[in-house]
Amino acid sequence: MTDVIKIALAGNPNSGKTTIFNALTGSRQHVGNYPGVTVEKKQGTCLRRGGRIEVVDLPGTYSLTAYSVEELLARNFIIDEHPDVVVDIVDSSNLERNLYLATQIIELNVPLVLAFNMSDVAKQRGYMFDLPKLAQLLGAPIVAMVGTRSEGIDELLDTVLDVACSGAASGANRIRYGGEVEEELTRIEAHLDAENGLVARYGKRWLALKLLENDKEIVGMGHSPRVLDTVRLSRAHLSAIFGEDAEIIIAERRYGFISGACHEAVQSSTELRHDMSDKADAILTHPILGLPIFIVLMYLVFQLTFTVGEYPMRWLEHFFAFSGRILTACWPGDPGPLYSLVVDGIIGGVGGVVVFLPNILLLFLAIAFLEDTGYMARAAFIMDHIMHKIGLHGKSFIPMLIGFGCSVPAIMATRILENRRNRLTTIMVIPLISCGARFPIYMMIIPAFFPGRKGLVLCLIYFIGIVLAIVLARLLRFTLLKGETIPFVMELPPYRLPTLRGLLIHTWQRGWMYVRKAGTVILAISIVIWAATSYPKADAASLRDLTPREARTVELQHSVVGRIGRALAPAMEPLGFDWRISTSLVGAFAAKEVFVSQMGIMYSVGDAETGGEALRARLQADYTPLQGFCVMLFCLISMPCVATIAMTRQETGSWRWALLQLFGLTALAYVITLAVYQVGRIVA
Amino acid sequence: MINTTTQVPLSSVRTGQKVRLAGIYAGAGLKSRLAAMGMVPNTEIFVVSNGSPGPFVVAVKGCRIALGRGMAHKVMVRRGPNQGSP
Repeated sequence: MTDVIKIALAGNPNSGKTTIFNALTGSRQHVGNYPGVTVEKKQGTCLRRGGRIEVVDLPGTYSLTAYSVEELLARNFIIDEHPDVVVDIVDSSNLERNLYLATQIIELNVPLVLAFNMSDVAKQRGYMFDLPKLAQLLGAPIVAMVGTRSEGIDELLDTVLDVACSGAASGANRIRYGGEVEEELTRIEAHLDAENGLVARYGKRWLALKLLENDKEIVGMGHSPRVLDTVRLSRAHLSAIFGEDAEIIIAERRYGFISGACHEAVQSSTELRHDMSDKADAILTHPILGLPIFIVLMYLVFQLTFTVGEYPMRWLEHFFAFSGRILTACWPGDPGPLYSLVVDGIIGGVGGVVVFLPNILLLFLAIAFLEDTGYMARAAFIMDHIMHKIGLHGKSFIPMLIGFGCSVPAIMATRILENRRNRLTTIMVIPLISCGARFPIYMMIIPAFFPGRKGLVLCLIYFIGIVLAIVLARLLRFTLLKGETIPFVMELPPYRLPTLRGLLIHTWQRGWMYVRKAGTVILAISIVIWAATSYPKADAASLRDLTPREARTVELQHSVVGRIGRALAPAMEPLGFDWRISTSLVGAFAAKEVFVSQMGIMYSVGDAETGGEALRARLQADYTPLQGFCVMLFCLISMPCVATIAMTRQETGSWRWALLQLFGLTALAYVITLAVYQVGRIVA
Repeated sequence: MINTTTQVPLSSVRTGQKVRLAGIYAGAGLKSRLAAMGMVPNTEIFVVSNGSPGPFVVAVKGCRIALGRGMAHKVMVRRGPNQGSP
C-alpha cells in the first residue's frame, strides 16, 4: 500500500455528503474553487492505519451527464485524477433515487465503496437492507453509517483502505440495458478506433454508452465520421422502437436495474415518509403564508448579519484605532514616512479586511442554518416565480438581499447557487444593489440638496439600483451568460435538525477563506491606494503658513490620486463633476464611504462626523441639486470598491470577470450619469 | 408497448392524485435532469401539492420535487393505476 491514498466523495445533494466529509477530515480541510470555474472545491486529509488519506469532496450531483459544469467536474475528476477509491454517499432512507448516481459510477469502472448514510432514518422508516446481497448485486462494498453522529466512519475508512489495496473496480458490465440497447452498444463498440486515445482513457463500453446517450462532451471529441454515423443510426433505431430518446431509455433501464436490486435485497414495512416535513411544508410553502414567513426569516438573517454584526465590528474598529494610538505613543523619533505606512497603510488596511469578518461569519452561520435545515430549498421555491422573470434562480434572492448590507459577503453568499451561469450573473449585478457604505454619501448629499424630499430621493436611488440590477441580469443572461434558462426543478429535502459541529465548520471555512484569499488582495490594494493618496509629498515650504486642514487639502491635491482626479476632470465635466468630485471618486475606490471624507478634505472642513454641516454648506454653494443627484447616481453604479473587486476575482476564479465588473459598471455609470445630467440641464 | 390511454399535462392533476409519467416535452438537458431525479417513463408520480398558480410539488420515488408551473405543463402523465407497460 502506498503511504498516501486519494479518495473522492460523490453523492446526491442532501445525501449528507458534507457531514461525512466533515466527520472524516475535521478541521484538516480547505475550501477553494476548481480552477477556472465558479464551483466550490473542498479538500481535506485524514489519518488511518498510519497512512494519510486525501479526501476530495466532489460537487453534489444527481448524475454524471455533460449537462452541467458540476456533473462534468465530478465525472472528469474521477476519470482523470484516478482517485484510489470513489466513495458514493447514499441517503439510504431514499435509496432508489440515490443509487442512480451509483449506477453511473459503476459504469465508470472504478474502485467504489457505497456509504449508506442516514441508516438510522432508514430504519425508522421501516427499511431493512440485506447489505451483503445488495453489495454483491451492485458490485461494491457497502458501509452503513450515521454521518451526523459520526457512526461508521472507522468502518468506512477500513473498507476504503481494503478496496484501495486490492484495487478492484466495480465492474462496468454489471448493468445490462436490455437486448436492443446492448445490440447497439456492441455495434458502436465495434466501430470505435483505438488510435485517438479515447478508448484507452475511457474504455470501450463507457465510450459507446456515452455516444449513444448523445453526451455533448464525448460526442465532440473528434470521432471518425463512421462512428458518428453508426451512433446516429443506433439512436434513430432505438427511438423508433421505444418512442423515446436513447438517453431516456438508458436512464429508465438504470432505474430498472436499481429497483430489481432493491426488490431482492430491501424490505420495507411502512410507506411512511415525509410525514413531518409535509406538515411543515403545508405552512412554510403555503401560497399565502409562505411569502410573509420567508420575508420575516430574511429580515432576521439581515438583522443578524448587520445589526448584531455591528458590535464586533465596532470592537474591531476600536481595537485598530487603539493599536494605532499605542504605536503613535511608542513611535521612536518623529513620525516619518515609515510611521505613516505602518499606521495609515498597514493597520488601516488590515482593519479594512478584518472589519468585514463579523458580517461574513454571522451571515454564513445563518445560511448554514437555512441550508442544513432544508429551508433554503423552500426559499428558492417561494421566490422562484419572481426571480425567474429576471432570468435568475429563486436562491439568487438571498445574495442580492445581503447586497443591501455589503457586496462582499453578498458575493460570497452566491455559493449557495449551484448553477455557474446563475452564480456569475448574480455576482456581476450585486454591486448595483446599494450597499451600506454608500449610505453616508446619500446622507451627505440628500439633506444638502433635497431637504424637503429626503425619503423620496433616497428611495429613488435604491430603486434605480434594483431596476438596473434586474435589467443588467437579464441582459447578461441574453448575451455573455446565455444558455438554456433552466426551468425550476428542485428537490425539497426533508427538514432536518442541523448539527452544531456542521454549522460551525461551515461558518469557519468561509470566514477563513475570506481572510486568506480575498483579504490578502484587499490588503495589497488598500496599501497601494494609501500610497497613491499620500505620495508624492508636497514640499514643506508650501505648507508652512497653512492650517493642518488646509495642509491636508494641498497634500491630497499634490498626491497621485489628486493628480488623477485633476487629469480626469475634463472627462468628468459633461457629468457635472469638477476636479474635487473627481478626486474624491478616485479615492472612493478604497471604500465607498471614503468619498465623504475625501470631499471633506477637499474643502478643508474635516471629517464628515465633525464637519457634516460645514461640508453641506460648501456643497450647496458650489453645486446644483442636479449635480448632487448625479454624484449619488455615479457612486451607486460605478466602480465597486476594492473589496468587492477582490471578492469577485476570488469567487469567479479569474481577473477577467472582476475587471469586466469594474470597467463595465464604471462605463455604465458614465453613460447613465451623462444622460441624466445633460437631459436634466436642458429640462431645468 | 405504446400506451393509448389519454395523456394529460401534470399541471392539470389535482392535489392528492397518483399518476404515471408518459413523457416530457422539453430539451434533452432538462429531460436528462428529470430522468436523473427519477422521472423516467412509467414512474409513479404523487401530486403533493398543485400550488396553482404557484409551483408544484410531486413525490417521485420517495423524494419531494418542486417544479415550476411552466415545467408542470410540459410533463405528460397518464391517470389510473398500473396502466403502463412494465
